[in-house]
Amino acid sequence: MKTTFADLLASGRPVVADGGMGTMLFSAGMVRGHAPESWNVEHPDIVRGIHAAYIQAGAQIILTNTFGGNRIRLGMHKLAARTCLFNTAAVQLARSEADAAALPVVVGGSIGPTGALLEPHGELTLYEAVSAFEEQALALNGVDVFWIETMSDLEEVRAAITGCRKANADTPIVTTMTFDTNGRTMMGVKPEQATEALQNLGVIALGANCGNGPAEIEQVIEKMHRSSSAVLVAKANAGLPHMHGDIAVYDATPEVMAAYASRVLGQGARIIGACCGSTPDHIRAIANALQNIDTPIKDGKHS
Amino acid sequence: METLEIIRKAIIEGQAKQVEQEVKTALDNGIKASQILYEALIPAMAEVGRLYEEGEYFVPEMLISARAMKAGLGLLKPFLIGSDVKPVGKVAIATVQGDLHDIGKNLVSLMMEGAGFEIVDLGVNAEPEKFVNAVRDQQVNVVAMSALLTTTMTRMKDTIHALQEAGLRDKVKIIIGGAPITQAFADEIGADGYASDASQAVTLTKRLLALS
Repeated sequence: MKTTFADLLASGRPVVADGGMGTMLFSAGMVRGHAPESWNVEHPDIVRGIHAAYIQAGAQIILTNTFGGNRIRLGMHKLAARTCLFNTAAVQLARSEADAAALPVVVGGSIGPTGALLEPHGELTLYEAVSAFEEQALALNGVDVFWIETMSDLEEVRAAITGCRKANADTPIVTTMTFDTNGRTMMGVKPEQATEALQNLGVIALGANCGNGPAEIEQVIEKMHRSSSAVLVAKANAGLPHMHGDIAVYDATPEVMAAYASRVLGQGARIIGACCGSTPDHIRAIANALQNIDTPIKDGKHS
Repeated sequence: METLEIIRKAIIEGQAKQVEQEVKTALDNGIKASQILYEALIPAMAEVGRLYEEGEYFVPEMLISARAMKAGLGLLKPFLIGSDVKPVGKVAIATVQGDLHDIGKNLVSLMMEGAGFEIVDLGVNAEPEKFVNAVRDQQVNVVAMSALLTTTMTRMKDTIHALQEAGLRDKVKIIIGGAPITQAFADEIGADGYASDASQAVTLTKRLLALS
């Protein structure tokens, strides 16, 4: 059922977001080194099926399979020319499943980092970055919210937000960063700094995703909540990867992720989902855990 | 302040232009390139590594300092070639097959170079044979592999296997790193060590080569 991000928040309840996309694509047989976005065109039924499974599990927000869908990252796979195609196809797949769902589901247009470092730390110019994000955001036409995620550099975040606004100033923006380096992002950004910067940039919600499992994100959310009244997003990885024979699997069970969901809600998160290593089973456990909590939430803050 | 001290300070502060200028001055004043390398560039980068490990510096500061160091090293290289200055070790480094994420790998390269190692950069997406060839043909004594993805980290094992098959495993120390990598994984696949960041990678390699 179609809804808006603002309406989802207005319910006053915790909101369940989806889990890992890459994890699901790899278990569906995608080979390493492949650009996951290409499956929007090559295997649309599998991508659509993953969205459906997350909605079935209780996700109220699903993210398009476009994390690496900017021309800089696709260019590393020599697929830059297909940037627009992969993104528009991804929106259609997520849109069709969200709109057909029995309950309201929001489609977030996933926008990940370019994979290159901006000047002066790297070679990428601000202009190139903004253009790449604008191009992707334009192709993500039809999403309910732009979902900028796994960011580590505030300058790249600014470039992404600028690109999104240039493409469509009316679509709200969510931004989450990854605090996987001793409590900061790889580029040294503290949770409090991220919160302040992102609030000043006018995002509708902000938070943390990916990293080294639930415990790390819980600490980040606690710090963010202490320093602001923003609507907070937590999407933790399902623990850490361990080798099982020849494949790496994440060690957090659905039960572990359900416990994380309850804790991180108490720490101030409003939108709760998961990231790498998670599956619909993890999201179902998270949704069940959150359903049993009757804390009313007002203006994004717990009362 | 003496020139070498100024160079050290400029590298730590990430002043590439000043490093360039002062290295030129030092060379003009007859200071040997090897002395500038060992008494200014390498100690400065060791200090940068220390600041990183203490949480005072983060990746951006490290990159800016490394760039300043490279500016100085570029000027020294013509003098070092053919001199009796030998690198402390030769490192073949790349992201493994299927993995295109090179930020971490590049950072390790820079810190290794700043510690006096010679780098053979095999780029991204390097298949096991590339590492084997580098070890066989270029007298490499350290293989450093990076992976960001859980789906590609398993390729590290393939590279180690390929080195074994080629009878070269004993000729090199193998170190690995990347977001999903752990010490347990390193032990499991038979790598010689795991480092959680670029600075640790330098410390680890020195320890493995018994340089420190």
